[in-house]
Amino acid sequence: MFRDPKKAGTIASPYFVWALIFILVPLAMILWYGFTDDTGAFTAANIASILQPEHAKSLLLALELSILSTVICFLLAYPLGMILAKNKVSSQGIITTIFILPMWMNFLLRTFSWMTLLENHGVINGILEFLHLPGIHVINTPAAIVIGMVYNFLPFMIMPIYNSLSKIDDNVINAARDLGANSVQTFLRVTLPLTVPGIISGVTMVFIPALTTFAISTMLGGSKILLIGNVIEQEFTLTYDWHLGSGLSIVLMVFIVINMVVSALSEKKDEQ
Amino acid sequence: MSKELITLTHISKSFDGQLILDDLNLVIHENEFVTLLGPSGCGKTTTLRIIGGFETPDQGQVIFDGKDITALAPNKRQLNTVFQKYALFTHMDIADNIAFGLRIKNKSDQYIRDKIAYALKLVNLEGYEHRMPDSLSGGQQQRIAIARAIVNEPKVLLLDEPLGALDLKLRQDMQYELIRLKKELGITFIYVTHDQEEALTMSDHIVVMNQGYIQQEGTPEDIYNEPENAFVADFIGDSNIITATMVRDELVRILGVEFPCVDKGFGEEKPVDVVIRPEDVELVPRGEGCIPGEVTHIIFKGVHYEMEVQAGGFEWLVHSTKESPVGSQIDIRVDPFNIQVMNKPASEDEQAIGVEE
Repeated sequence: MFRDPKKAGTIASPYFVWALIFILVPLAMILWYGFTDDTGAFTAANIASILQPEHAKSLLLALELSILSTVICFLLAYPLGMILAKNKVSSQGIITTIFILPMWMNFLLRTFSWMTLLENHGVINGILEFLHLPGIHVINTPAAIVIGMVYNFLPFMIMPIYNSLSKIDDNVINAARDLGANSVQTFLRVTLPLTVPGIISGVTMVFIPALTTFAISTMLGGSKILLIGNVIEQEFTLTYDWHLGSGLSIVLMVFIVINMVVSALSEKKDEQ
Repeated sequence: MSKELITLTHISKSFDGQLILDDLNLVIHENEFVTLLGPSGCGKTTTLRIIGGFETPDQGQVIFDGKDITALAPNKRQLNTVFQKYALFTHMDIADNIAFGLRIKNKSDQYIRDKIAYALKLVNLEGYEHRMPDSLSGGQQQRIAIARAIVNEPKVLLLDEPLGALDLKLRQDMQYELIRLKKELGITFIYVTHDQEEALTMSDHIVVMNQGYIQQEGTPEDIYNEPENAFVADFIGDSNIITATMVRDELVRILGVEFPCVDKGFGEEKPVDVVIRPEDVELVPRGEGCIPGEVTHIIFKGVHYEMEVQAGGFEWLVHSTKESPVGSQIDIRVDPFNIQVMNKPASEDEQAIGVEE
């Protein structure tokens, strides 16, 4: 669009400034805090503190729950994406609205509403009681956190998967059938591999916010279940140990970077 | 004539209440190059998809080699399809694309390697095994699509406008390539196109379709020289279609002038349509022909001049290698065997069905 690189640079300059102030500077501050102690001297202790049992436990639990949520989101989103991609005209509008509409509401509000649903004397148990069925204890368990993660992040899995599914030419599927593949073989050898880019971006968009969340675990997990996100949040807001909080953030960032490198590599492979 | 391979009987198909095919009957013989030709929406692609198994007819049967395959899934049919936009598997390299059908059938690695080499040689793309489809040109991708289909040794190859996305020069090259392939493989080709030139060049047998009906079937020569109705005449090449009266056998009155012709059996004083191909209209000096006229337009087309001649109240389209400048006062002459007489359609409906004898 802008042939003249100088002109392009001028127009892009506000974004560079924005990126510098709001991305690079905070990142540099996190790194500085993460690798120093109160006196300003270099230390690796903040990073190493991840090995303390309670920190390691919260990281492992966060990984476990976010991976589980990502898998559940994928298993729910893929069939739905296929239904959406198949019915290009008819029911698509309705289903899209059903999944997009909740996103117009505030994230905390939506999570809060799950609290009232899942509470021991909440809506779901009320209905079960009315039906003379045994009540369930979900609130303040890891299961409640997973429900919250899946509910909140599912649209981010559906959209990229739906996009990559709807890009597949019907005749590519027909060609596979024509060459002798049954519907299972067609799915495994053609449809699924062709949607890998969509799956990867969906996984990234669900896994990263799920891994770092502290709001969902605070609201649905009570104060008993601490994820790494909660630990970091507490370091900043309760104990005011910015050095330790930053150190743990850096460790968490490593997992995010690993995820992004894997997705970038597979996208590159896909382009070849 | 060789054995009947595919028989379509009383096939009807509609989409969203719109009738696409109405009681279609078609016989395809072994080792024929059959072209389904017609304008878009005429039902030719639907016919092909019914043969391929991608559509199920609402009524009628598809008989393949003596067996009813109407309800058989596409993967169980002994035929393969080459799709319009190639439909290659973009996540696999060329070798994996070609091997797809063979791997499904659990062929040995050695067999697959040999087949890939053979197929790439056949389509003149040796050494392309490890390229990705996106790095190939449209023409090359189409050759790979053909290679991917023929390694499965189908009895019939279905081709759905395979040259539609290619440019003119490449399209012409590929036409010869397809004729060669057809001869080397010795299998039946069913080809769908809206391009009459493609159909005339390649086919043994052309099926002209319009509005879900077969208008005419025959060899390219039959279709071109003896169109059975105005639609076929108009669709296949340029033509002058003129309302005329059949005076008696071998004499037709065109624009008030009686012309000797070779057609008979239409009755006496019967209204008919006549087709005269532009290259069959001769322009001769005034007094030597039948209808006097004046040249109104001339365009140089390379091989010939295309002229419009106002004569007898009709605008004639004339192709000639001899130039007659605009304003020339000439006569029109047509040889008796170049006048093709056709029955007039009795109604609009019949025009769609084609004239029934």
